[in-house]
Amino acid sequence: MKTERNGHVYIVCALVVLEFYRLLPLTVLSGNGGSLMRFFLRKTMETESSVTGGYRRRFTGFLRKCMFSVLSMGPVPNHIAFIMDGNRRYAKKRNLQLGEGHRAGFASLMWILGYCYELGVKYVTIYAFSIDNFKRRPNEVQVLMDLMLEKIDELLKEESLVRQYGIQLYFIGNLKLLSDNVREAVERAMEITAKNNKLVLLICVPYTSTDEILHAVEESCQDKLDHSQAVKQTNGSTDHCNQTSQEDHEHDIKVVDIEKRMYMAAAPDLDILIRSSGETRLSNFLLYQSDKCQLYSPAALWPELGLWHFVWAVLSYQRSYSYFEKKRKQL
Amino acid sequence: MSSLAIHLLWLLIHLVISIFFFVLKIANVLESYLISSGFLKKYESINVGKLRYLAVVVDSEDALQINKVIKLVQWLADIGVKHVCLYDNEGILKKSKDIILKNLSCVKLFEEGDEQSLRGKKTMSLEFASQSDGKEALAKAANLLLKKHLKLRSLGENQEEKIFTEAHMTEALRAVGSGGPEPDLLLVYGPVRCHLGFPAWRLRYTEIVHMGPLKSLKYGSLLKAIYKFTLG
Repeated sequence: MKTERNGHVYIVCALVVLEFYRLLPLTVLSGNGGSLMRFFLRKTMETESSVTGGYRRRFTGFLRKCMFSVLSMGPVPNHIAFIMDGNRRYAKKRNLQLGEGHRAGFASLMWILGYCYELGVKYVTIYAFSIDNFKRRPNEVQVLMDLMLEKIDELLKEESLVRQYGIQLYFIGNLKLLSDNVREAVERAMEITAKNNKLVLLICVPYTSTDEILHAVEESCQDKLDHSQAVKQTNGSTDHCNQTSQEDHEHDIKVVDIEKRMYMAAAPDLDILIRSSGETRLSNFLLYQSDKCQLYSPAALWPELGLWHFVWAVLSYQRSYSYFEKKRKQL
Repeated sequence: MSSLAIHLLWLLIHLVISIFFFVLKIANVLESYLISSGFLKKYESINVGKLRYLAVVVDSEDALQINKVIKLVQWLADIGVKHVCLYDNEGILKKSKDIILKNLSCVKLFEEGDEQSLRGKKTMSLEFASQSDGKEALAKAANLLLKKHLKLRSLGENQEEKIFTEAHMTEALRAVGSGGPEPDLLLVYGPVRCHLGFPAWRLRYTEIVHMGPLKSLKYGSLLKAIYKFTLG
């Protein structure tokens, strides 16, 4: 009983401390990236530089690890997706420049990635840029593309957390819509990180679910055509009338054919889909893949999303785990 | 020993959360009674015109409670919603289509062109959907597009870009019987907040709200969800 009560007190203290830590004004990061540890180090140093700061850092890190070891007693999600909504509103709220909101969003992403890695989540998908976003003002689109290039370069540096923690980068979407320099950087990033296997970060840019479905349909049509060409060549027959109606149906496109050709076929089933800033829409993101996953919409804007929201998402997932397992078995 | 203590801690946290949800449920029930008895004035006038198309997703096990479903649809018709789509993954609601329609007043089965023909009338149009209108319909539509593509190819024209567009896909889905407008609001009646496979092609910008299990169906919470949507 005493251990439980002490443990409960520790958890409450941990959550209070961590929430306070999270609510400290996010200082805008300068261009240099860093490893996860150095990242946390620099953040704390920016806010307080006394000796106690060092102890508090170690203490909160220790408490977070305790929290995650408790969480891992139950089912841990394998694949989490995030709609990173609210960067522009955050910038407006704090009277920052347009790009600074997105930079704060990137910082938040690094935090969340760290939590996912520590908990043992294997696949993280993020909605970085929608095809609809191309309709925004051109200078904003340019700011986002420049930021993406900058962050890709940063992540590929030797001391970045991508290298140190073995994160594989995978870019999902209609890459043909990107400008040449961004596409080259993206392809290079995928090539360099291809061998990492601790965590896979799927970055959806530029992506919409309807575009993905359409692309998968087009590819599976092409597959069927190629297949029937190959069959004709081996049989040496060009007579359509010989085909019975049963054979016709065998050559029909099936659901598995389309699913094989989806961009997201590289990742396993989705477990949780989190959209920040309280909106309850999916905005054309993973509509096909989210049929058996928990949807969670915390009211916090993306740069304000913290450990507490993440823990709550995982706890809600654990509560509904048996329901989803039952649904999956019914298939 | 220590892993046992951690496991007990985990169970304790989940117990605390369950108690929290239980208290929240009681608060929701109270609020719902206040709303249905008319104490909260703001829910009396709802601008239902803003809600053009509503979809309701019911968990397949809950869908067996046909009386609750009938009650829900009748409430929606009384509130003034014009078009409703009832979805459940296994098609139980589709099979009980006739029973449901028989027990409702001022409700008819959905047909193309209902949006124009029912304007100004009190009738509500009701559509039934299931898994066969979701992923399977996409496969059927894909086959339709493939046939079109083959036809154009045999005529000697290379029209790939023109066949595989979103507009053509929507048209193909309509041709296989799974076309339907995109809902503005989706209410989920089930244990978990999840759309359970509602046709992906129609879910792009739909607001998804979780209402709880069907057995705790309340008029007040339904009104509140619609009111919140019309505000936003």
